[in-house]
Amino acid sequence: MSANQGLSQNIKGESPRKRVSGLEASERRLAFFLIVPALILTVGLIFVPLVTTIVYSFYDANLARLNRANFVGLEHYVDFLGNNAFWASIGRTSYFTFVSVGIELILGIAIALLIEQKRKLFGWRFLRVAILIPWAVPTIVTGAMWRWIYAADYGALNGLLFQFGLIERYIPWLADSTRAMNLVIIADVWHSVPFVVLLISAALATLPSDLYEASSIDGASAWQQFTRITVPLLRPAILVVLVIRSVEAFRVFDLIYIMTRGGPVNGTMVISYLTYQKTFSDLKVGEGSALSFLVSAFTLVLAWVYVRLLYSKND
Amino acid sequence: MKLRLIIALASILMLFSGAVVSAQDDVVLNVLAMDQAGMTPEDLAEIAARFEEANPGVQVELQFVLYDGLYDTIVTSVSSNPPAFDIILVDDIWYAAFADAGWVLDISERITPEMRAGIFEAAWDITTVNDVVYGLPYLLDQKYFFYNTEILAAAGFDAPPRTWEELADMARVIKANGVEYPMIWSWAQVEAVVPDFVTLLYGNGGRFLDENNQPAFNDAAGVATLQWMVDMINEGLVNPASITSAEEDVRNVFSAGNAAFATNWLYMYNLAQDPAESQVAGNVAMSLMPVFASALDAGTESSTNNGSMGFAVTAGSLSQDAAWGFLSFLTSEEIQIEFSALQLPTWATAFANPALVEANPVTVPMFAEQFPYSNVRPKVPYYPEASRILQLAIQEALTGAKTPQQALDDAAAQIIEVAQDYE
Repeated sequence: MSANQGLSQNIKGESPRKRVSGLEASERRLAFFLIVPALILTVGLIFVPLVTTIVYSFYDANLARLNRANFVGLEHYVDFLGNNAFWASIGRTSYFTFVSVGIELILGIAIALLIEQKRKLFGWRFLRVAILIPWAVPTIVTGAMWRWIYAADYGALNGLLFQFGLIERYIPWLADSTRAMNLVIIADVWHSVPFVVLLISAALATLPSDLYEASSIDGASAWQQFTRITVPLLRPAILVVLVIRSVEAFRVFDLIYIMTRGGPVNGTMVISYLTYQKTFSDLKVGEGSALSFLVSAFTLVLAWVYVRLLYSKND
Repeated sequence: MKLRLIIALASILMLFSGAVVSAQDDVVLNVLAMDQAGMTPEDLAEIAARFEEANPGVQVELQFVLYDGLYDTIVTSVSSNPPAFDIILVDDIWYAAFADAGWVLDISERITPEMRAGIFEAAWDITTVNDVVYGLPYLLDQKYFFYNTEILAAAGFDAPPRTWEELADMARVIKANGVEYPMIWSWAQVEAVVPDFVTLLYGNGGRFLDENNQPAFNDAAGVATLQWMVDMINEGLVNPASITSAEEDVRNVFSAGNAAFATNWLYMYNLAQDPAESQVAGNVAMSLMPVFASALDAGTESSTNNGSMGFAVTAGSLSQDAAWGFLSFLTSEEIQIEFSALQLPTWATAFANPALVEANPVTVPMFAEQFPYSNVRPKVPYYPEASRILQLAIQEALTGAKTPQQALDDAAAQIIEVAQDYE
């Protein structure tokens, strides 16, 4: 008998799997009992609500009168897809997502590269730790903090700009629809850049330094090194960052809730907030459920687009 | 094998351990209250402690949210079985919706004749829907007109304005005198803008709904009112931050001395006069809410908005008797008189009590003077959605995105649609 067979057959010629199966049966039972609690929790907390929500979306369910709901089929979905307010909200949410994630990516890569300089940069250890602080602050606190910074009468932003003579009088920053959206984006960027820095730093650490040395010898400039070596090798990490951050940004809710409540004039009415209003303010659970699934569909499409764009070439 | 069995049983027990309730004789009442305007959490904790002392075997658990979170917290918790709260604080604009949904308990039978006679009739109107009483009145409030006596005197005025036109003239002088934005309002895209709008609307001869419950706020008076609001912002007499301000923001701006005129609920008076909370303590006065000149000529002395709240028992509560006990204690005359610094009692009989007048020499007479002119928001089950539509319309007009006529017409059309869904 060859050495290879030793693994799959013991001396008697039986396969070990058969001998072990006696033990395995009782182990399987134990495993089952250990899993049952987690299974109940998963089914109860995730599966059941998911299915219930899908069912609700086919009824004109109202939280105040759930027993009087009528079956309407795909009416909610069709209505929303033909509704201007819905598409306006999707537009706003897309704007928020692309601008926010775009800025985060660029800033994140820049800071990660900076930290990567290590010995050449004084205080890099401090930067590496300090950069994580915005990420550690809960989103609600981030929202409240930036709301105070932007406050018209006592905000730090107004105070700072006024002191430097850059503005003549205090500006009500959040009172303009477009400006409010851009300011919320700034708050989100501040909060999320550390996440990007973390992922990109980890990826940068795996890059082989001999590629850089070889290219230096060949006379490549720093910029060429960046665009021809770093970025292509970072593509998997960038893909991860893009997918995770985009899906999160598309579903932004707490920042909006704390900072602007969807206003002014619906300027920051993103799709999650619209869903929340429909479900809990208007009590229209059926419509809200349909909206939730439409949002999921959009984020799936988004993720699919990214994967196609960035995974296509050689991975 | 035995060990594995023990491990398996232990893990299942751990799952269910949370559900094992230790034997308790105590009835626990979960109360949802508001930490904004009116009695403070400390006041309510004190009242709860007294009740617990007088009723051994009952424990009162208080939970506080801001007004903006109150509706959502109720809506998301009341449908569970049993509901998360036994007692909830309900705003007058939600009673119709909650009664329609069957979420609040009918307490008509429990009301004593003493309560019926002693509490203001207008207060009972708040918690009564279709002749059924669903709650005990707790906070009877209206919007008051505040002004800064120091700023007015510095600009040469010794009396508050009687009409909004007069106020605009005074504001122009005050603005020239150094106060950048003489008026601050709560015109954010939240419920707070509707009381302001109702106050102005009814003071211009307009109304929210007509006799057939159809929107009437887009008639000539309504459009003129909204146009006035737009003009005041454009002229720089109203602080542009009003578009993102709610009641607390108004209080902050006024208390910092950055506004000469403001409207707010009663609670702002004592806080603005408190040196620990305000920089204008001692210079705050209230007067009758102004109206527009044309309305004054037609006989409307004043107009304001009634924004009251009542405590209700949730329909699914398992401790209805204990809940009723705490409710009647909380809203009793003695307690309401004792804790009247930030909210006045709902008992008409309390106002004859010299102790009350002595403790609140300014707010009590002001309440009596303003109350006859208090208007309510519509008592319809679809009010929350209608309010959202109107809030957006007002914002669109204030920012110039639509003309007042267009904004109000669109809102009226949408509200008619919403009302039809509820038939």
